[in-house]
Amino acid sequence: MNLLDTLLRCVATLVVFLVLPLVIGQTEHKVMAHMQGRLGPMYAGGFHGWAQLVADGVKFAQKEDVVPAGADRRVFRIAPAVALLPYLLVLLVIPVGPDGFVGQAVDAGIFFVLAVMGIGVLGSLMAGWASANKFSLLGGLRTAAQLMSYELPMLLAAASVAMAAGTVSLPGIVDAFHWWWIPWQAIGAFVFFTAGLAELQRPPFDMPIADSEIIFGAYTEYTGLRFALFLLSEYAGIVVVAGLTTVLFLGGWHGPFSDSLGWLWTLLKTFALAFVVIWLRVTYPRLREDQLMRFAWTVLIPLALAQLALTGIVKVAIS
Amino acid sequence: MSTLLAATGSLEPAARSFLSPTGAEVVFLLVGLAVLGAAVVSVTTKQLVHAALWLVVALGGLAVEFLLLTAEFIAWVQVLIYLGSVVVLVLFGLMLTRAPIGRSPDADSGNRWAALLVALAAAGTLVTLVADAFRTSWIDLTAGGGSTRATGEYLFRHWVLPFEALSVLLLAALVGAIVLSRSTSGRLPRPRAGKLRAGKPVGRPAAPAATVPSTAPTAPAQER
Repeated sequence: MNLLDTLLRCVATLVVFLVLPLVIGQTEHKVMAHMQGRLGPMYAGGFHGWAQLVADGVKFAQKEDVVPAGADRRVFRIAPAVALLPYLLVLLVIPVGPDGFVGQAVDAGIFFVLAVMGIGVLGSLMAGWASANKFSLLGGLRTAAQLMSYELPMLLAAASVAMAAGTVSLPGIVDAFHWWWIPWQAIGAFVFFTAGLAELQRPPFDMPIADSEIIFGAYTEYTGLRFALFLLSEYAGIVVVAGLTTVLFLGGWHGPFSDSLGWLWTLLKTFALAFVVIWLRVTYPRLREDQLMRFAWTVLIPLALAQLALTGIVKVAIS
Repeated sequence: MSTLLAATGSLEPAARSFLSPTGAEVVFLLVGLAVLGAAVVSVTTKQLVHAALWLVVALGGLAVEFLLLTAEFIAWVQVLIYLGSVVVLVLFGLMLTRAPIGRSPDADSGNRWAALLVALAAAGTLVTLVADAFRTSWIDLTAGGGSTRATGEYLFRHWVLPFEALSVLLLAALVGAIVLSRSTSGRLPRPRAGKLRAGKPVGRPAAPAATVPSTAPTAPAQER
């Protein structure tokens, strides 16, 4: 029974991991298209091009898997897995609904999530270095610098919520949530979401991988399935960041009828945030590399520290 | 201290046996062997970046060891600090300076025997110390024994003073690093009054160089 339960939870997480990124990818196709006054994919699958991403997947699988002659073959091949797997592990601990509706409740949930997401950097660095390509190496370095810089405000914002809830377990934080946390933790939510966006290297923070700047950064030399894995890790990252922001700052499963429909609230909030991610992509111009770094160190970190101080003051005042 | 002593249970060595290890103990040993192997490879490999990547394996294996000892919080901190930051910084530094693909035979140092000696001496001291300190005590590992709550209470009730002393030490190191990194910029001219950003923006073309060729060579130098 116990083994079956564990197996079931793992399979469910894997299914979510494989389905939700595709749904968000398709949403991105359509939402971007409509925001830009066009239709987007319309033919694959018949109804509004719903099978476009499936077709893309088949295309990627058919492509030749090229490894550059000068590359470090082994590291080059491992890198996509190192970039992708952390998101799968993180997805396992994000609570969806009340009463144990979670892959695996981890005692130090926030720490686990942020620690494991930090490993993803290694994938980009490995990819950038092993490609034996100057643009890849530069892109990898930019990615590493960006991810290291934005990890700090993300940690500080998460620490603020942990202080407010008095626990570092993710289900515990959602349990402790009250509606007035939303204005109280608003700055932290902004910092966390923005830093998360930068961790994913989504526009407007896509300087390390922007095609008009540096080809495709660390992923320039990748083709076929390995390239698809990097793309998948980006969309899985959107799911993870939107889900984490939901859980930490928007109250997760809280909402009307949360006893029976809690999971629906979590999903709805996650999708709303994923929509915002796509919206920001079509709205804001790309930040230059130096602006990007300055934004992290001179705007987000002071804001996160201010939020931390505010949380501490309110926490002492109400206790 | 009382919680730890309570957790140790009976201190009688005779009640325990090393002859029938549990599954967790076997896994612990195997992971330990893997960590040792990865560490040895990371020291002996001729490829610089591979050495750093083997270090990832070794440090990650240590996190698994912490997990097997039920010290969950410490394990995640190990991953966060060592895998996510320290090794990434090492790799970053390597790639900024020199990270050739393939072997770099000139990376060997003549001090390798001295280094080996120091490493063996340090390892010997630590092993002797730990083995002597925990000679016959047996800590029963119960789930949640190393949880965040237990670790936090222990840290902030019994070890507050060392914790704060360490934080002051780290702060001093931080300040020192900033001072060291800024000392070379002293000879650069100060930014012009009223101009907050030092240096030119990267993206803008050098407009003065194109329009006024006579003053062009000095203009960027002054601005920096």
